[in-house]
Amino acid sequence: MAGENWGMIVDVDKCIGCQACVVACQSENNIPINEEKHFNERRAIEWIRVERYWEGEFPDVKARFIPIMCQHCGDAPCEPVCPVFATYRNDEGLNVQIYNRCIGTRFCSNNCPYHVRFFNFWEPEWPESLHNQLNPDVTVRSRGIMEKCTFCIQRIRRTKRTASRAGADATDEEFERSLDPACVNACPTETLYFGDFNDPESKVSAMKEKESKRDGRAYTMLENLGTNPGVIYLKKIDKHAEDVAHG
Amino acid sequence: MQEHIQLTPKEINQELLSGVLGTPKWWLGLVAFLLLVFLTGAGAFGYMLNKGVGVTGLNRPIMWGFFMTNFVFWIGISHAGIMISAILRLTQAEWRRPVTRAAEVLTVFSLTAALMAAPLVHVGRPWRAALWVFPYDFGRGVWPNIRSPFIWDPAAVMTYLTASTLFVFVALIPDMAVIRDRATGKWARQIYGYLCMGWRGTPRQWKLQTVAGILLSALVLPVFVSVHSIVSWDFAINIGVDGWHSTIFAPYFIIGAIHSGVSAVTMVMALMVWLWKWDKILRPDHFDAIGRLLIIVATTWFFFFIVEFFFAIYTKEAPELALRELQIFTRPYVFLFLIFIITAYFLPVPLWMFKKVRRNVKWMFWTTVSVNVGMWLERFLIFVPSLARKTPLEFNWGTYHPSIIEMLMVAATFAWVAMGMLLFSKVFPLIPIFDIKEGMIVRDEVKIGRAIVPASIRE
Repeated sequence: MAGENWGMIVDVDKCIGCQACVVACQSENNIPINEEKHFNERRAIEWIRVERYWEGEFPDVKARFIPIMCQHCGDAPCEPVCPVFATYRNDEGLNVQIYNRCIGTRFCSNNCPYHVRFFNFWEPEWPESLHNQLNPDVTVRSRGIMEKCTFCIQRIRRTKRTASRAGADATDEEFERSLDPACVNACPTETLYFGDFNDPESKVSAMKEKESKRDGRAYTMLENLGTNPGVIYLKKIDKHAEDVAHG
Repeated sequence: MQEHIQLTPKEINQELLSGVLGTPKWWLGLVAFLLLVFLTGAGAFGYMLNKGVGVTGLNRPIMWGFFMTNFVFWIGISHAGIMISAILRLTQAEWRRPVTRAAEVLTVFSLTAALMAAPLVHVGRPWRAALWVFPYDFGRGVWPNIRSPFIWDPAAVMTYLTASTLFVFVALIPDMAVIRDRATGKWARQIYGYLCMGWRGTPRQWKLQTVAGILLSALVLPVFVSVHSIVSWDFAINIGVDGWHSTIFAPYFIIGAIHSGVSAVTMVMALMVWLWKWDKILRPDHFDAIGRLLIIVATTWFFFFIVEFFFAIYTKEAPELALRELQIFTRPYVFLFLIFIITAYFLPVPLWMFKKVRRNVKWMFWTTVSVNVGMWLERFLIFVPSLARKTPLEFNWGTYHPSIIEMLMVAATFAWVAMGMLLFSKVFPLIPIFDIKEGMIVRDEVKIGRAIVPASIRE
């Protein structure tokens, strides 16, 4: 299959847990405002979320952050279980969700080990003042269907269109910012990198190659499940943790 | 056997058609009550349809709750029909005769209850599922995803529903002819006349009816193992849920289904003795036999339960241990777990060991009610805690509180099955008349030494 294999690299070492990516994603992708009650009901929709884990005993406590979004798995567990083909892997290496087909069995969400597929329990609502804020490039999802991170496919499409009009290639350096998903652009510490793993010239390919070596920091999440994720994590460099681990 | 009462064909007709040709006093009130419960559940569904799945207690880790539990429970109950009518017919167990029809009808109604409990009701957009999936819109060029268990599932359940409806119908033909001959109203005569398809009781017709029955029993055997295996794969194929991803699920679910199904049939037997006073036909013998069957089934189920459990904790994997901790030691699941294990096994099985209990209608009724309470909870305890502790990502662990809407809809499925059985009993006899008559004819006694043992004549 020709085409790109879009993917992401998350450098956990750089993440400070500021949640800028979360907010950027919410506004880019027309996600309804998550209020406190949504979190308490565990029905908040966050296509990307920053998980926080506490480590150690007081007073020696450390907060660990890890941003988790759809891993766009090569062998995605969510795809085979959908009875209506609402989710499938396209030839750009993206795991895409077709809202119109979805009937809301929520099977994909159960089978997703990363908890990144979200169900619209209610009709989405925004305060009056935010009605003009909605992104016209992104569908507003109705209730009863699943949704998840798309790697901002609307930006990929738009960049490709712009590039082809200019007679250039979407992966060229000048389009990097417009190609990047909202979360990548919003990240103040450059934790997130987006690019084409099929393009050997790309930044992410170079990073992947470098970090996949023996001393590299690359790993994929829940590797034992064999989902072959399209998101590569770089582990934290932590002197303290290593000291604890090795006595 | 002295406790078997020999009845003449006329007496059998009178006994068994009492519900069809006349109406018992309690019938209308009970049906009205069940209809009310059912309509309340239907109202709850309408409310959910209007507002969205948000009115349930479901949330992110726990995407399937009461509806799925109830779905699997009713599929489980439906295994009664096949166990009683196919397996016992093929093994020529004499005591099955008065039970077969009730078991098959229970199967049909519990399958419809199962279809009501989950596939359409629990999805996010039932109108889409209804209009796009049944019948599937091939015009869009998108075929159903046959890799999904949600495609295997309806196929299996529909096959089972078709087979058991045929089962009920084939066995009903001679009985409908009896009703046709006795019906007084013009309409009733005509309708029963059409339904029994010209049954006159000629030897050829009897032969065909018997052959059809045996053939159906044999052909339905694969369904016996396939339906619940496939239902279990809805869960077992989930690599994302550690507690579900287990190869033992298919046989474990099947034996669990037989456990709850045969128990449900025993409940129905007891109700038939009490409500229609058919104690001349349903003798303590029958309860004794089904009680012994239940001991075997329950213990096999318990074996699978233990195996599933120990193989899961044997690996000592963190998520698995966390799941078991939630399931067994954490409130409120600890209470549910205790109730489940006591009511599903440790209360009824030791009791069934006593002959006195097995031959007592009351005891058998309450012990089998207890089994079904336990088996409902068993499904709940498999599904919900597993989702609550889905993967090692602790950040997303959650819990689940069913809402009143879900409870009403669950209650509605119970009312639906009970109401269906009662309505059926008004139109058709709930005990096969011809089968009982045949049983009376083939019944014999054999002298072995000094003891006189009941036996049956066979060609």
